[in-house]
Amino acid sequence: MSIQTSIWPLVAVLVSLLGAIPIMLSDRNPNLRESWTLVAALTKIAIVLSLLPHVLAGGGWEFVIAQVVPGVPLVLRVDAMGMFFALVASILWFFTSLYSIGYMRTLGEHAQTRYFASFAVAISATLGVAFAGNLLTMYLFYEVLSLSTYPLVTHEQNAEARKSGRKYLTYILGTSIGLALPAMLIVYSITGNLDFQDGGVMAGSGASPELLALVLVLFLFGFAKSGVMPFHGWLPAAMVAPTPVSSFLHGVAVVKAGAFSILRVIFHILGPEQLATANLGWIVCTVAAVTILIASLVALTQDNLKRRLAYSTIGQLSYMILGAGMLSAAGMTGGLLHIAMHAFGKITLFFCAGAIYVAAGKKYISQMDGLGRRMPITYLAFMLGSISIIGMPPLGGFISKWNLVLGAVNSDQMILLLVLLISSLLNAAYFLPIVYRGFFAKAADPVYEEGIKEAPLFCLVPLSVTASASLALFFYPDIFVTLAQLALFP
Amino acid sequence: MSASNLHMYVMAAPLLSAFFVNLLGRMSKAWVSGLTLGSLAFSSVASLLLLGKVMSSGGFSYTVGNWVPPFGIELIVDHLSALMLVLISVVALFASISALKSVERELPGREHLFFTLYLILIAGLMGLVLTGDAFNLYVLLEITSITTYGLIAMGRGRAPLASFNYIIMGSIGACFYLLGVGYLYLMTGTLNMADIASILPQMDGGAAIATALAFMLVGLWIKMALFPLHGWLPNAYSLAPTGAGLIVAPLMTKVTIYLMLRVMFSIFSPDYLFIANPLVQSGIVWVAALAIVCASSLALAQRNLKRMLTYIIVAEVGYMVGGAWLANSIGMTGAVLHIVNDALMTLCLFLAAAAILYRTGSLDFIHLQGIFRKMPITMAAFTVGAFAMIGVPPTAGFFSKWYLILGGIEAGQWAYVIALLFSSLVNAVLFFRIIEIGYFFKEGEHHDHTPRNEAPLAMQVPLVITAVALIVIGLGSGPLVEHIIKLALPAGF
Repeated sequence: MSIQTSIWPLVAVLVSLLGAIPIMLSDRNPNLRESWTLVAALTKIAIVLSLLPHVLAGGGWEFVIAQVVPGVPLVLRVDAMGMFFALVASILWFFTSLYSIGYMRTLGEHAQTRYFASFAVAISATLGVAFAGNLLTMYLFYEVLSLSTYPLVTHEQNAEARKSGRKYLTYILGTSIGLALPAMLIVYSITGNLDFQDGGVMAGSGASPELLALVLVLFLFGFAKSGVMPFHGWLPAAMVAPTPVSSFLHGVAVVKAGAFSILRVIFHILGPEQLATANLGWIVCTVAAVTILIASLVALTQDNLKRRLAYSTIGQLSYMILGAGMLSAAGMTGGLLHIAMHAFGKITLFFCAGAIYVAAGKKYISQMDGLGRRMPITYLAFMLGSISIIGMPPLGGFISKWNLVLGAVNSDQMILLLVLLISSLLNAAYFLPIVYRGFFAKAADPVYEEGIKEAPLFCLVPLSVTASASLALFFYPDIFVTLAQLALFP
Repeated sequence: MSASNLHMYVMAAPLLSAFFVNLLGRMSKAWVSGLTLGSLAFSSVASLLLLGKVMSSGGFSYTVGNWVPPFGIELIVDHLSALMLVLISVVALFASISALKSVERELPGREHLFFTLYLILIAGLMGLVLTGDAFNLYVLLEITSITTYGLIAMGRGRAPLASFNYIIMGSIGACFYLLGVGYLYLMTGTLNMADIASILPQMDGGAAIATALAFMLVGLWIKMALFPLHGWLPNAYSLAPTGAGLIVAPLMTKVTIYLMLRVMFSIFSPDYLFIANPLVQSGIVWVAALAIVCASSLALAQRNLKRMLTYIIVAEVGYMVGGAWLANSIGMTGAVLHIVNDALMTLCLFLAAAAILYRTGSLDFIHLQGIFRKMPITMAAFTVGAFAMIGVPPTAGFFSKWYLILGGIEAGQWAYVIALLFSSLVNAVLFFRIIEIGYFFKEGEHHDHTPRNEAPLAMQVPLVITAVALIVIGLGSGPLVEHIIKLALPAGF
């Protein structure tokens, strides 16, 4: 275990932020502008990968940005858990960038420069959340992420976008200022520092169980990006954004930043052991279990494909939180692993939804009958993504769900096992009919038989790659499993 | 030029150039801008040098004309007053760059009159932070108030009426303060702050001294517009000429907070204020919490950007008064840090408002539609200022709020903590309402048809620098607190 000082974590965070400058300057030359996006994305992956070996060897990287508050600097510290999230985010950002180009150009969207620039800021903030070395730094990047995604959510600039944007900020900013900020200050006033420590910085602080419960609840609802009910309403509303935004931000970066933050707090601020001693895991589990079941049921009723995906995301995010709430080794591993597994699966599904919209102009599932025959690759990818989310082999989602099931069994929480099983059935019930109707149902619209073909390559390639990655993660999950183990059991 | 006189140069530069602006400015406008900017730039450099000197070799006191205190006039240069001098001169410098442009538009032909008052006001503010004499403080307070009345009355429409209201309220406040000083003089026989402070603990003054304190505080609270004594401020600040608002809004209330700190700790002592009278102490924190909540709520009802900002100023006064009365060093740190941050945030937002007004002619919300497209740079800077007011890290506003809330938690003043969080949320609503209006367009209008129309460079440059400063100061708040503000806290903290 050696922590080395290095500026590269900062560079990894900033590279996309700095990328926003040439992006804005190349306003008049779209090809050049998109090259900048891709260059920044590739650089980011390269830097993150270069930091990886040392982390896998049990070490870490650190960089102090500024001394802001006594005992709490703004600091980036790359540990296994942060690396885990950063790896997922930076890889998927690259494919989203490719996909964005195809999507935005085919649809001739307006204000593309603002779009790509905001996107760049958002991914910087995401990496900042991943690499944050203490709670204050994480909170900072969390807020930057909230604010930079506002222009993306409201991209269409029409009445609906305005309404959704308002809802988005109310939920996200309201909870982070109203709940997470006071929770952080309470922790600071008790411990005098906000470092992420193995076993939790509050462990041994002598805080009473009531106070711990208060802090836990404030954090659980304060990071509303994780979509726990009742603070989930922003996510379906945010689906008004262009699909690449939905897929990356509302399938991966933003929502996972929320879940990741909650996991961070449980693992490294409050401490699993302390929570187990105070017997507070049930709070987390109850909130997560209720969210999982309700969200899955609501997803069944949605005809708008993106909204169905959104509710599915709400349910799946709570898997991660549920795993952490079990406070058992397998449960926590499963929760963390689900961040990666769900990301690859869900982004594929969103990519497919966008491809269908680009190619056929359809948003509603009821209008998609027979579409699969015209767009076989897209639908095949959709099927793989669905199976991963449902948690069946041979896709990555199985591995995280297996760990979650183990966690429930090990800790003798049969009711949680039941929740997981019911939810898997519901997942199958809301995903598989889409695939089935796509391939086998009579075409909803005779036009399908002639005019429509697959979306442009810029859309098709990314979704094929992420779908294949979901598949590959079942056979080669090693890197993520290793990182999860390192994060939880150093 | 001797280094021990630096603070005199800081103060003398605007005062002297005020006279020349009046004389020479009649002949040519070039003199007005040259003298104003020149003297303020000089003051800024000199005050920075002074701060450096205080940081390296500590504070000192200075006797004007070598008359020994308690008979002569004593000036106090310590970390706090040196910091305030830097704040005043730098804010005044940036404000004046933009003000020159807007005054040219709003008060053509009267620039020399405007800037005469403007410079005297700044010299008065600088005197206020330096003086170590309770009566001189009164005199300087009136100098700044009278110049402000004049500046506000130069506005159009109902501005003279607003100014008159302010005169009435301001004079009442001044009377209260003077009465308080009178009591102290009767009891101690001296007007020098340090002298009074050394005599007071030995006296068994009882009611008379308590009355003196109460009068002085109430006087200052009226001047700083602490809710519910704020009635004069929104009209006065929003109807004033834009150029006057630029200097008055960021500095006047903040300097008055500073004066409250001086009265509290240079004349009275923490022992007397907090330990002997704990009920008073927590009562004032409650009033501050109430002020924050009420003023924030009133801000929600406004339909004009500048009026909204004036209510935010009133709420922010509550932040600092509460922080100063929390009776712990974290809260005090927050209050002093917030003086700096709030001055800059307010400056940033008023500069942005001035730029928007210059181009669009109105700050009513309905006229701000599509403004992001028209003035992207101005609005980007405005957004930074807004984030600072909301308290989004890493802008400066977050860190002072951090200390204030933490101080509230430590003191167990939960009402104050909740008020601060409430006000942050309200600020988020207030500013995102404007951002939303500015980001979207009128029905039927499209962004491709809206031409860019940025404010002139003279208004953009100070605005952008201030916005950047908000982030830089936020990131540098650790060293700022460590090396200046910790040392600026009154003895005993």
